[in-house]
Order: sequence, then C-alpha cells, then structure tokens
Amino acid sequence: MLRVENINKNWGEFKLQDITFEVKNREYLIILGPSGAGKTLLLELIAGIFIPDSGRIFMNGNDITFLPPEKRKLAYIPQNYALFPHMKVYDNIAYGLKLKKMPKNEIDKKVKEIGEILGISHLLPRKPRTLSGGEAQRVAIARALILEPKLLLLDEPFANLDIQTRSKLIQEMKHWHKELNFTALHVTHSFEEAVSLGDRVGVMLDGKLIQTGEVREVFGRPKNEEVARFLGFENIVEGIGEGKVLKTNSILIELPVEVKGKVRIGIRPEDIIISNEPIKSSARNEFKAKVLAVEDLGSLVRLTLDIGGIELRAFITRSSLLEMEINEEKEVYLSFKATAIHIF
Amino acid sequence: MRHDYVTGFFALIGTFMIVYILLPLVVIVGKQLFDWEMLMRTLHDELVLIALRNSLLTSTATMLISLFFGVPLGYILARKDFKGKSFVQAVVDVPIVIPHSVVGIMLLVTFSNRILDSYLGIIMAMLFVSAPFTINAARDGFLAVDEKLEHVARTLGASKLRAFFTISLPMAMSSILSGAIMTWARAISEVGAILIIAYYPKTAQILVMEYFNNYGLRASRPISVILVLLSLSIFVILRWLVGRSRNA
Repeated sequence: MLRVENINKNWGEFKLQDITFEVKNREYLIILGPSGAGKTLLLELIAGIFIPDSGRIFMNGNDITFLPPEKRKLAYIPQNYALFPHMKVYDNIAYGLKLKKMPKNEIDKKVKEIGEILGISHLLPRKPRTLSGGEAQRVAIARALILEPKLLLLDEPFANLDIQTRSKLIQEMKHWHKELNFTALHVTHSFEEAVSLGDRVGVMLDGKLIQTGEVREVFGRPKNEEVARFLGFENIVEGIGEGKVLKTNSILIELPVEVKGKVRIGIRPEDIIISNEPIKSSARNEFKAKVLAVEDLGSLVRLTLDIGGIELRAFITRSSLLEMEINEEKEVYLSFKATAIHIF
Repeated sequence: MRHDYVTGFFALIGTFMIVYILLPLVVIVGKQLFDWEMLMRTLHDELVLIALRNSLLTSTATMLISLFFGVPLGYILARKDFKGKSFVQAVVDVPIVIPHSVVGIMLLVTFSNRILDSYLGIIMAMLFVSAPFTINAARDGFLAVDEKLEHVARTLGASKLRAFFTISLPMAMSSILSGAIMTWARAISEVGAILIIAYYPKTAQILVMEYFNNYGLRASRPISVILVLLSLSIFVILRWLVGRSRNA
C-alpha cells in the first residue's frame, strides 16, 4: 500500500540514502535502528512534513511525494505524542473529525467508541498535562485512529514509558492492530518491539535501509556484520504456545511461563550448551542437532546448528571445538535452560 | 536553620528600586486627595474629558493595528529561517533606540502634511514606538509552541492556515496579549513623537504638558493623577485577565 522508492534527503546532521521499501496492506512493519539513523526524518518525509531531495513515495499506486500532509490520509504519532495542550483529551481526539465538519452527535459517538477500545473513556474531560506517559500515548493513538487512516506512522511510540507500561502497551497494540485493521509503519530502536509487533522488520543504519524481511530471517541471517552487531545476534524461534510448551513444526520447547497462541522466543547463543553425548543437567531443553557451519571468530567459534529444520547459533571456545572434534555435518547434542528463553 | 544573608541583602537593595517607583505615585495621588475640589473641577472640564477619550481611542487603535501586522511577522520570525532574518529582527528593535522626538521628526519629514495634527498622525507616532512589544511577544509566543504540534494537526487534516488558527495562535495567545497590553501602555504614555506630529487633536498626555507650561505645577497635577490612575487600572485589569486565561 505504501511504496518508498530511492528516497534521498540531506537534512543537517541526518542523511537518508537511497531508501526503498514497501509496506503491505494491513501489515505491521517495523524499522529498527539506533538513534540518529534517520528514522524520524523518514517518517516525516512519508507524512509530508518535508519533501525528499529525490525519489518517490507512492500510496496505493498514487504518487504522493509532493502532496501536502493533510491530503495524504495517514496518521503520524511523533515521539513526544504531541497532544494539543490547550485542548481537553476529548477535543484532542475529536480534532480531525471536527475539521471534516462531521455532525456533533456523530463525533461524540465516535470519540466515545474509540475511548472505550483504547481504555481512556475516563480521561476524556482531562487536560493532556495531567496524563501519565502511557495515558498520553493512548490518547495520541486514539486521535490518530479515529480518522481510520490508511496508514499509521509511529515514531518510537513506547520509548518514554516505564517497562511495565511499555510491555502492556505492546501487547495491547497487537490486539488493536488485529481489531482495528490498520496498516502500521513503526520506527524504534527497541529490539523487543520489533520482535513482538513486527510482521516484517527493516534495519536502518546511518541513513541506509540495510535489510528488510521476515523477523526471523533478519535476526537469523543478518546481511552483514554491522546488522548482526546492532541486533545483538539472537536466535529467534516461532511457534504456537500451549501452556508451558512451545510447539514448532518439528520440536517442542519447554518454556519458563505459560503462553497461549502464536509467539516468538529468543535464546542468546551464549546460553546454548553443546555436548557430544546427552547430558543430565538442569537444562529442560535438549535436542539432537546437526552442525551446519563452523565460523572462526578468533578465540570464539560460532556454530550454526539444525534441529528439525530450525537453525540456531551457538558460541563455543576454540579449545572446545578441538576437544569435541566438531566439524560440519557432525551430530551433537544441544541444550539450554527454560529460564534462558526470552518470550516476546 | 542558617540565615540566608545573600537573599536578604539583595531584597534590601531591590526594595529601594520599588520604593523609588512607588513613592512619586503615592505622593502625587495623596497630594491631590487633599485638593479634592480641583480634582472634581478637572473631571468636569470638557477639554480634559475629550483629551482622555482621544488618548484611550488612539492607543487602543494602535494596539489593534500592531496585532494585525505584528502577529504574522512574529510567526515568520519564529518559524522561518531566511536570508536577512537578523536584519529584519534588528529593524523591529530600531524604535527602541531612537529618541522619540526624532521619531516625530522622521515621520513628519517622510509623510509631511498628510499626518500633521490628525488622529492618523497620533496613531502612527504611537505605532512606531510601541509595535515592537507586540511583534517580539508574538515571536516568543510562537517559539514556545512545538512545531511538531502543527505537523500533527496537518496530518490530521488541517491546512496550514487552519493549523495556525486552531493550534499555534491559541497556544501563543496569552503571550501575544501580554505584548499587546505593553504596546497599549507604551502608546498611551507616548509624548515626544506626538508633540511634534500632532499637538491637536489634543491627547491627555499633551494636555498635561500644556497645563504645566501655561499654568504651572498645581494646574497640571489633577489631570496627571487622572491619567495615571486610568491607565494603571486598565493595565492591571488586562494583565489580570490574561494571567487568568493562562492558568485556565
């Protein structure tokens, strides 16, 4: 639905170089990058606040590169939420509808409806400065979604929140995305948001979009060393949670807590233990694995292992490698503790 | 607890300034109260009433004109970076530097008979010396409004003009009004330029001078007191109204 083609923009210390990507209808695309990568500038170009130096932006096939923001039918939520401080929460949310000259009773109905969905009905008569960070973010989302925009642009939506509020909002965002059927382009530096929310993820470094793809693919096969270093190199496994067990196509993984439905889990390579024989230990997960690749990283060696079609990576020392006589194609045992699993 | 000697000392020094400003005010008002008859006579003097009306009308008109021209200029100065911006900013501050008698001469040289002894002349003199207050206050007011708010309003469907009227202007309003009040106050206290451009129609501040020159101190006192009390009360009331709306 949104296609960005070869966008270039030089804006002070930020520089976007040859950005090309696409957001599909109803997709939740996350662009992940460190601060200063140019993520905000990219959103501002798509929103129409700035015009790119070169390149084109298309929305449903129409060229919107030079269209003013009010004609683009998309919603933009900047990092600080930008609630209008001189208006009550109700009027903030109703702002776009009032501009459309919608009848008062219809506006009222819609505001109350969205307030209900986002759990902010009780905040409607308040002024923005009395809200907590989490509440302000909900209001900003409501103000944007009430217009039923084609596309929602989110700039670090959960960055300024405490950890609890943040993980709660991430879970709810998943739910809203499903229920309200919007397409989202969300930029963040948070690994967790990317894995939790993203249908697909793009990695942006120094004004360049280096890699875009399925979450598992990007995390599992970083295109280059830079991306790998930024992502912190995690093993991501997708599956269906059933109580304390994660079912994938081929294996069952024991989890530290109960989960339900489709989830992704992460295991750090340094938490994976390799052995030649099955071992008796406190690790709840043990699998037979085949070594697919051995990469020399100096004092450490990175192994790529296959367990029933799932690829995992692990680090071992060079001396272990020699002692255990590990080479490609060799069969080994791979184990990790349930508590080493991070559930997204 | 240890005594805060520094604050105490500073407050003591500062008090002198406050006393210095208040003392003449209190003395002139107090002295006039002992000369009640003269005050009453002045209040019934048609010449005085007309002069007061002229002063109020011209300074209010000046304030409105400064708003009309000053707010858009303030917005541009706050939002846009352009070549020659520092020059424009310097021009706005020029009237503060020029002696007001010179302002009168300059305006008269430029516009000659067209403004001589007319309401237009009075307002032009007032506008020249007092408009910077509105312009600078509007600029500061708009600077305090995060540009992101306008951007978001745009994405929500507002045109640039609509975003200005629904977001930036209401948010900068209290600052703009404070500036406008200063403009009004500066206008009603202007003498130098008006004296040169428009001796007539008579304004109260000119009348004070005229009475002093012709009849002496005692004659000019009652109208001075009336002018001071009138402008001070309007000033205080407006400030109070703006302050209240700011906290709402």
